[in-house]
Formats: sequence, C-alpha cells, structure tokens
Amino acid sequence: MGKKLALAAVAIAVLATGCGGGGTGKSSDGPVKLDFLSLAWQKESVEANKAIVEEWNKANPEIQVTYVQGSWDNVNDQLVTSFEGGDVPDVFHNDSPALAGFASKGYLLDLKDKLPASLRDDIPQAAWDTVTFDDGSGNEGVFGVPFLQESQVIIANKKLLDEAGVRIPTPAEPWTWNEFGEASKKLTKDGTYGVAWPMKSPVNKVLNLALNFGGTFFETSGGKTAVKVGPEEKAVLQRIHDQLHKDKTADPSALGMGTADPLPGFFAGKYAMLPVGVYLRQQVAEQAPDGFEWVTLPPLKGTTSNQGAVSQTLSVPADSKHQEQAVEFISFFLNGKNQARLAKGDWLLPTSQEAASDPSITSPENGWDVATASAKDLVVAPFLKVNGYDEWKSKVATPVLQEFLANKISLDEAAGKLVEEGNQVLERYQR
Amino acid sequence: MRRISQYAALLLYLVFLAFPLIWMLSTSLKTPQEMASLNPAWIPREPTLANYADAFGEQDLVGAGLRSLIVAVASSFLTVTVALPAAYALARYRGVLKRIALGWVLVSQVFPFILIIIPLFMVMRELDLVNSLTGLVAVHVTFTLPFALWMLQGYVRSVPRELEEAAAVDGAGRMRAIAAVVAPLLAPGVVATLLFSFISSWNEFLFALVVLKDPDVMTLPLTLVRFTGPEGVARLGPLAAASLAATIPSLIFFAIIQRRLRSGLMAGAVKG
Repeated sequence: MGKKLALAAVAIAVLATGCGGGGTGKSSDGPVKLDFLSLAWQKESVEANKAIVEEWNKANPEIQVTYVQGSWDNVNDQLVTSFEGGDVPDVFHNDSPALAGFASKGYLLDLKDKLPASLRDDIPQAAWDTVTFDDGSGNEGVFGVPFLQESQVIIANKKLLDEAGVRIPTPAEPWTWNEFGEASKKLTKDGTYGVAWPMKSPVNKVLNLALNFGGTFFETSGGKTAVKVGPEEKAVLQRIHDQLHKDKTADPSALGMGTADPLPGFFAGKYAMLPVGVYLRQQVAEQAPDGFEWVTLPPLKGTTSNQGAVSQTLSVPADSKHQEQAVEFISFFLNGKNQARLAKGDWLLPTSQEAASDPSITSPENGWDVATASAKDLVVAPFLKVNGYDEWKSKVATPVLQEFLANKISLDEAAGKLVEEGNQVLERYQR
Repeated sequence: MRRISQYAALLLYLVFLAFPLIWMLSTSLKTPQEMASLNPAWIPREPTLANYADAFGEQDLVGAGLRSLIVAVASSFLTVTVALPAAYALARYRGVLKRIALGWVLVSQVFPFILIIIPLFMVMRELDLVNSLTGLVAVHVTFTLPFALWMLQGYVRSVPRELEEAAAVDGAGRMRAIAAVVAPLLAPGVVATLLFSFISSWNEFLFALVVLKDPDVMTLPLTLVRFTGPEGVARLGPLAAASLAATIPSLIFFAIIQRRLRSGLMAGAVKG
C-alpha cells in the first residue's frame, strides 16, 4: 500500500507542477506587463473594469495590463505580504484609510508630481485631501488617486411619503434634521416606523454625519491629537437617540442590523425611510418588488450639509518595476469618461468633475441626480488622519455607541468614555 | 417506541446538519426580489437558474475547481506518504527523541498562521514557488502534516504489536511484517487522514491568497470570495450557487469513502 501511495503522490505532484502556472509571466522582451489588483465586485462594476482594461490593452500593445480580482475583506493581508515580500501588483485598488498606514511605512509611490495636469485638475482638492498623508519621514505626499466616494442619503418609500403629505426635499432644499424628525413622526403609524437606523457598525456613519453640526470628534493641538465630544459632536447622536427612544419613530430592532439588512422590512412597509450610503440604491433597485416606488432623498442639513468621506483609490507600490507605465494606466483608467462608467457600475460618486456631469449619472432614474449632487458637500473625514483611529473605533467607539444607542448609558456617560478611554488609546500611538 | 424516538432524534440531527446545504440550495434558486422578502420561504416561488448562470458566466469556477482538486488530491496523498512512516516510527519506538518529536508536532499547531505568512512568502519567493500550484501543495503539506502525523500515530498504536511479533516468529522481517500485517490494518486510518488532508486543502484560503497571484492559477476559495463586497455585503444568489457547486466534489469524496472512514474512526478510537 505504501508503494502505491508514494507512486500516486509523485504522479499527482508532477501533475500539479505541470498545471502550476509558474512565475508572473513577465519577460524582459516584449510588452511591459502590469498586474492590476481590483476590488470591484458588483457585476456591472466588474464588467466596467474589465472593459476599460481591455480598451487600454488594445490601444497600448506595449503595456499590457492583467486584471486581477481581489476582495475587500482580505486585501490588506494580501498587500502587506506582497509589500514585505517584494512581489507587488503594479496598480492596486483600495480605500484611503488603508493608504495612510501603507504610506507611513514607505510602501507606496508618491504620485504628487507624477500625474498629468488633466487628471489633477479634474478632481477637487477635497478628494485629494483624502489621499494626502505623511510618508513616515515628515513629508506629505499623494499616495493614490481618489476616484469613488460615498455620501449618506435617505432612501424612502414614495407611497408612504405621499400618504403622509410630507414635503419631498431636493438637493437645493434638503431637509434639516428637525424636518427629518417631524417627517419621521408623520410616517410612524399603523405598524410602520418612520425610519430604521442600521447601526451594526455605527462609528464611521456617526462621525461622517456629525460634520452636519461641525462635529469632528478629534482635535489636534501642538502635534497631539485628542478625542473631543462637545455639543457639536453630540448633536447627531442625540437626534438619533431621540428617534429611537423618545419619539419612538425609529425601530430599535433595526439597530443591530448591517446596512442592507433592513431592506426586507423596508420593502414590506415596516420602515418608511432608510438613512444609508448611496451604493445601497443598487440593491434597492435590484430587489424591490414589482410596483414598489422608492425615492432617494438628499443628505440632511444641520448647520451645514457637510459630510465626511473617504475615497476608493488606485495606488502604485514603491516596489513596482513599472511605475511610469502604472501611472500612465491609472491616468487613462480614471479619466472623466471612465470614472462615470466605474461610478455607475458601483453606484457610487465619482471624484472627477467631468464624470459628475455625465448624463448617465445625473438622470433622475434610480436617484442618480440626487446622489451625484450630494458629492459637493463631501469633505475629508476627520478621522482619516488620526493615528490609532482603527483601534479607537473597534475597542472604544463601537461598543460605547452601541450601548448609548441601545439606551444603556446616557450621552454624557458615552461622551466621557469616548474621550477618556479613547485618549488612552491615541496616547500610545503618539509617543 | 424507543426506536421511534431514536429515529426522530436522528432525523432532527440530519435536518440540523443538512440545514445550511438546503438553505444554500434554496437561496441559489431565488430571484433577488424573493431573497429580500420579509418572510423567506424554503421553496422558491419562482425558481430561477440565473444565479448559476451568473456564477459560472462571471467566474472560471470549473477551472478553479479543477485546480483546487489537483492541489487537494496532491496535498492529501503527499501528506499521508510523508506522515505514514514517521507515524510508525513515533508509535513503535520509545525514547527521548519520540517525546521531543511529539511535543514539537503539538507546538507547531500553536502558531497562528498570520504570524508566519510573511516569512513563508519570502521563502516561497526565493524558491520560485510563488504563483504556482506546486508551491501551494508544498505549503498545504507542510501545514497539514503535524495533525496528520498525530492522527496516524494513533492508528498505528491501535494495531497490536503482538501481530508484528507473530509475523516475526513466522520468519517475516520488519518490512515484510509492516507490509503484510500492519498496512492492511492501517487502511481505514489512512483513509481518514487522507480525508482530513483533502478537506483542509480544499477549503484553505489564506495561504492560497498570498501564494497565488495570477487569475489563471487561482483556486476555488479565492474565486468564491469575489462575490462578496465590503462590510459583509455579498451577492447572495451567485455566491450560494457557486458555493453549492464547490461543495459537490467534497460530498462525492465523502460518499465514496464514508464506509472506510467510519471503520477508520473506530479503529483509531480504541487502542488494541
């Protein structure tokens, strides 16, 4: 038996070697080959990515790009291994919070002086701010090209809005938080809640919305960053809490849900409105039952309509052997026309101003006009450049906000914990 | 009456075990609208194969499945080939070295994989094994080997030493005794170990993620994850269809060898 087993093992090992692929296929002759690690995952988005790569490959026989599809859940493990091992993709897709850490370790190419003026000028400074980081030696660099952003809008059941007789807000005249509160009250009746707040991961959502009242949650003074929770930071938290526990216009059972989880209840008329990211429109459009009418309402207004945002990005590793060609490819991939295709595929907002005026993403169909108009109020998320934010978020802010929203602790207690325990965390990153 | 309650309990247990598979099958046949229904049904109201068309149309599931099969079969056979003689030695020979070896095998299971992933990647790169199925087989064998060794030495110990001594009395040398007496008795244990190694390799994700770079060498777990997005959002229909398809080879493998596996587990459970 042992002999048979050994023979079988050798035969299979030989077979595996034969099917091995072996190496990256890069050769010193022939065209330059670039690996592009993409995280697109929606069907339309993957199709758009592949189509743009194909167009590039046709037009540039000397620089051929291989499209490699990765996944959001594991990309950072994959990239760190690649950076440390020195075998990197030439261009990779990620988001700006991840870039901050990579930039400080010297993994990324500074694109500041390498991008064409047409691309630089087409993307507003607020978006460039989301990819501008310290390179670890005190110099600021641009470590990616921002191309897709997300704003928080409200997706609503049109029939219920009409029946309640509430004013339908427009980008020019959005609801204030007070109007939103009043509308939620009118919509709460006959077993229907005015709103569902899916807050399984509450931190980024609360911090981004807090900017409506000027809440930043962090302040930097003398080179040191500390957590602050004052009246500006408390404003949005208090309003959500009131809807849940005072006005009872928000369903408390939706609190523990992930972003897409309330959709069945929304379609069944259990909730009239969902404050969610613009990308959720895709699932609403795909999953809504026949005849279900829904609308996208613009972001709420506090003292301003500002919201914090991060960006999806394309970057070039410092170890890429074809940096110049990689930058050329990115410049093509993210031109205005292509950004409009990518934004449409992912149901997100392009950073390109040219793309933002593309008819395909400014039509009223599926709320594109409202969604695209909301991009003008996006500013860099205040947490983006805070060292230790991830730990503060997971160890302190998430449990504290969940306790507060579940009415287990008061707002003052929550604020105290966020500051005291949060500063202990941040302290370690600033020694 | 007692028998009926036993069967009822067995049926409940079966339903419990089969629930994920049945739910996956049901989901794979539903339209997006039905998946978002507040009252989910076991039997789809309007069954559709669109999820299967999407899953197989968008991703090279057949190619990835074939590569996974090659890697899993190669890994499991190589693991057992290497582990079997070592297990025999560990089970039959006494001394300090044996205790150290067994201790080391256990210690090797304590390290979290994530800690060693970067050094491992660098070693693989030096050996030019990145981006090849051969490299992945080598990694899978390395990481399955300790547990396989531990399993097999239990099976070897369950074969009475007296049987080998009887063979020796009849004039058989050690190798002859192993081949003619021990090996047949070990077959169920070998099958159980093969199965464990196969499943470990078939499902393995993290090492495949860092070792395999090109789309045309990627295995099934790397392909399935492409139906998921950030923060746990996923394309449930195509994911269910692809996952169900990915489960079928394992089920077939189990079905073929379950009889031997059952006797194998019993053989390892009682020391002779």
